[in-house]
Amino acid sequence: MNSVSTPSKLYSGNFTYISSSPFLYFLPPLMGLLILWQSDDVSLIVVLLDVNPFFWASSAASVGDSTSPHHPTAILSFSKLLNHVIPFLNSLLLLNQLNQVVLVATGVNSCSYIYDSGDSEGESAGSVPAVCSEILRRLEEFVDKDRLLGKGPDKVVAAGVSSLLSGSLSLALCYIQRVFRSKARHPQPRILCLQSSPDGPEQYVAVMNSIFSAQRSMVPIDSCVMGVQHSAFLQQASYITGGVYLKPQHLDGLFQYLSAVFATDLQSRSFLQLPKPAGVDFRASCFCHKKTIDMGYVCSVCLSIFCKHHKKCSTCGSEFSQAPSDPNATPDRKRKTSEV
Amino acid sequence: MAAITMAAKYKTTVKEPGIPGVLKMMDDVFAFTPNDPRSAMKLKVDFRNIKGHKFSKDGSKQALLNLTQDPEKGGGYIFEFNNFTDRNACRDFVGKVLGKFQALASKQNDQPVSEKSTVSVEQLSTTEMERRMKLLREDSELQKLHKELVFGNILTESEFWATRKNLLDDDYARISKQRTGFKSAMLADIRPSTDGRTNKVTFSLTPEIIHQIFSEKPAVHRAFLNFVPSKMTEKDFWTKYCRAEYLHRTNNSVAAAAEAAEDEELAVFLKHDDILAEEARRKIRRVDPTLDMEADLGDDYTHLPDHGILRDGSKETTDAENDIARRTLAQDVNRHASVVLEGRALDIELGDTRTVAEALARSKQESSADKSDENANLERQERVSRMTEIEDLQATHSLPYAELCIKDPREYFDSQQVNALKALGSTVAGSRTIDHSLNTEEAYVYLLNEISEVKLQGLHNPIVQSEAALKVLSGLTQQISSTRYNLGKNPQESVLDRLPKRTKDEIMLHWTSIQELLRHFWSSYPITTSYLYNKVLRLKSAMTDIYQKLKAIKDVQSDFRHQISLLIQPMLQALDAAFAHYDAEENKHSKKNGAKPNGFVQ
Repeated sequence: MNSVSTPSKLYSGNFTYISSSPFLYFLPPLMGLLILWQSDDVSLIVVLLDVNPFFWASSAASVGDSTSPHHPTAILSFSKLLNHVIPFLNSLLLLNQLNQVVLVATGVNSCSYIYDSGDSEGESAGSVPAVCSEILRRLEEFVDKDRLLGKGPDKVVAAGVSSLLSGSLSLALCYIQRVFRSKARHPQPRILCLQSSPDGPEQYVAVMNSIFSAQRSMVPIDSCVMGVQHSAFLQQASYITGGVYLKPQHLDGLFQYLSAVFATDLQSRSFLQLPKPAGVDFRASCFCHKKTIDMGYVCSVCLSIFCKHHKKCSTCGSEFSQAPSDPNATPDRKRKTSEV
Repeated sequence: MAAITMAAKYKTTVKEPGIPGVLKMMDDVFAFTPNDPRSAMKLKVDFRNIKGHKFSKDGSKQALLNLTQDPEKGGGYIFEFNNFTDRNACRDFVGKVLGKFQALASKQNDQPVSEKSTVSVEQLSTTEMERRMKLLREDSELQKLHKELVFGNILTESEFWATRKNLLDDDYARISKQRTGFKSAMLADIRPSTDGRTNKVTFSLTPEIIHQIFSEKPAVHRAFLNFVPSKMTEKDFWTKYCRAEYLHRTNNSVAAAAEAAEDEELAVFLKHDDILAEEARRKIRRVDPTLDMEADLGDDYTHLPDHGILRDGSKETTDAENDIARRTLAQDVNRHASVVLEGRALDIELGDTRTVAEALARSKQESSADKSDENANLERQERVSRMTEIEDLQATHSLPYAELCIKDPREYFDSQQVNALKALGSTVAGSRTIDHSLNTEEAYVYLLNEISEVKLQGLHNPIVQSEAALKVLSGLTQQISSTRYNLGKNPQESVLDRLPKRTKDEIMLHWTSIQELLRHFWSSYPITTSYLYNKVLRLKSAMTDIYQKLKAIKDVQSDFRHQISLLIQPMLQALDAAFAHYDAEENKHSKKNGAKPNGFVQ
């Protein structure tokens, strides 16, 4: 079996291969073959890092504020976050020599690739200090660029509240699609969202579309929410794609959370008990005002969601002939279950 | 309609011997006079009191007719007749009389003379009733619901079943469609039995076997239609057939040939079955056209010595020189299998051989008429071209998909931005996460400072304090074990399973009845008749009762109070919505209609 599974590049003493091989006996033959073909537990991890200046600056301000209702450990400064995340990225690379890590920054005006372990060339490229300094350098460049974009002429003041999760998810999915198409033997991809700022309901459709395309290409989305509130988007994303959703309680031990929960590769997850969320917020945003709603109107043609009755569907243009007689009790109002 | 008089026995129960007498049925009354004038069992009953009639099956032990007074109690007048023809005459008469009354009653129902006549009077056939009873017996939940709603006078029987027509229809369809087909056991041979002393060989044929012979051997069927009864009697025909079978069995081809030469009718049975051969040719045309079946014939080994199938103790080999048909076992098995699969096409009762033969001929004509040769040829050509299609030369099959059509992209993407921003203000204000007083520039500078701080100081060592790591690990472990306890080991286990059984049943029952009531409630709007108005009133009072009960369940102190209230909340909300609608409608109409008395709508 080893002769089939092990590419010539691998050295024979690879620990992970030996440890995982006994499990293959319990798998149906076809599935075993599939896993061999995808070279066991080699992973491609796309990490989406929330680089939202407003959130990090305001949370830093509230740490000093004694009237803040939040416990100090519930809030992390950005430098501390980097102190947890960069070692985590390095440890992902150490887990398996063929592992690949891609870091994508989620800004408020743009998103960008920060680091790709597959790109690095040269002798010192793989070393921990080199990785660290490259990430920091590119991050600085990204923040500068993001700031300039925000100063553009058509700048909207309030647009800087939530990060562009939909954009970074799309970047991650595009990257994964490229890997799928370019190589016959590709590592198993997954996405890890490190999110801190609150959801932007105006991105609802775009985010949901990304989630569904991730589901279609069988890419799990893991999410680690470091903000104050739960993220309904990421709860749904992890629920739909079969990833792990976690909101750490003690942020000073973030690295521990990351390495204990999110470092596990997809194959090992079938043998492990990972944290499960108690409930998922399934509420949707309406298409007209981008509000998160409990109850609303659904277009019978294209399934667009609206918070109040319209004469015409703004998405597909269907006309609704009948106005409901009573807004409190119309039979065509659908109730979305929340917190199931 | 004239009167009818029959000799019959009257009984109060089926098992009684009964009192012999005379039953006289007239247009609206039936009377029974016992033969023994001393007996007190004289009857004179108005047909209006009779709600239905039952009868025993033709051919069962007793020819019974039961005139029932009340479909639910089942009490009635049972009469036993001397034979089934007498009984059937009476049954038909009763059927007509009852039908007449029902038509009258339903006419009365159509006129809304009084409220009661529209609600209560229902004429149900016994079979309909039985079907309903059966459904209730099979589905205990439905039974509970039925008991609560119908016996509680909230819904009428017909209202309850009106929404479940599909259940009744399904059930009906399932019962009626089943028909017995041919036996799958092979009736290859009519086994001759010999008595051992004389040379007589006996074959026994039943109508069932004859039907099967006709289906499996079309040549015999055709011969029967041609010869009987013009040329020979049916008995002669079957004697000849059996003789041919016997010759066939003995494998005596010389004798068979000799016999065939003498008797041309007998020869029919021994020759190749040309109808079958034609059918086989037609079937071969439907096989994958790239497969050359005729070439395969050359690979047949059965004509070689020591090959063939053992049958009836002798090797079956084919010798082609004789024109007497040698049916192989494989042919017989295949023919039998195809006939069994085709199923029995005839509905007529087996009995008279001639009618069976004719009916079979008719059904065959029908089935073959639609396949014209031209069509078959075209179809064959099409199939050939489809089979020989070369994949590389074909255009890619693109799947049809519906394009997303956004009528006005500008309106969709841009003009809503303003709305979105407005809305954002309110959501953020509610959650208090971001300090708007913070300057954009300040925020970016802070972020850059943080990054350069990491750059200057390098990463901390150790990354995590060991106490923090321990806290995280134990926290995670606890979380995992607690979700496992709370959510159960398997995901199928629901919250309901953890509640005490009594509470669970109660909630489930309320849930199903609320669903039923709400369905009826909403379907009653808009209210156009006084009947609907009364129905809504009834529904509303029933829903109020359940509402109170749910509240009571919710208020009970228990370990599961939180879960129960989570479950009950949506039910209460659904009911609230219905009440609100009811009140709104009521207000609207009272305003519109002013001082209309007793709240009648329109």
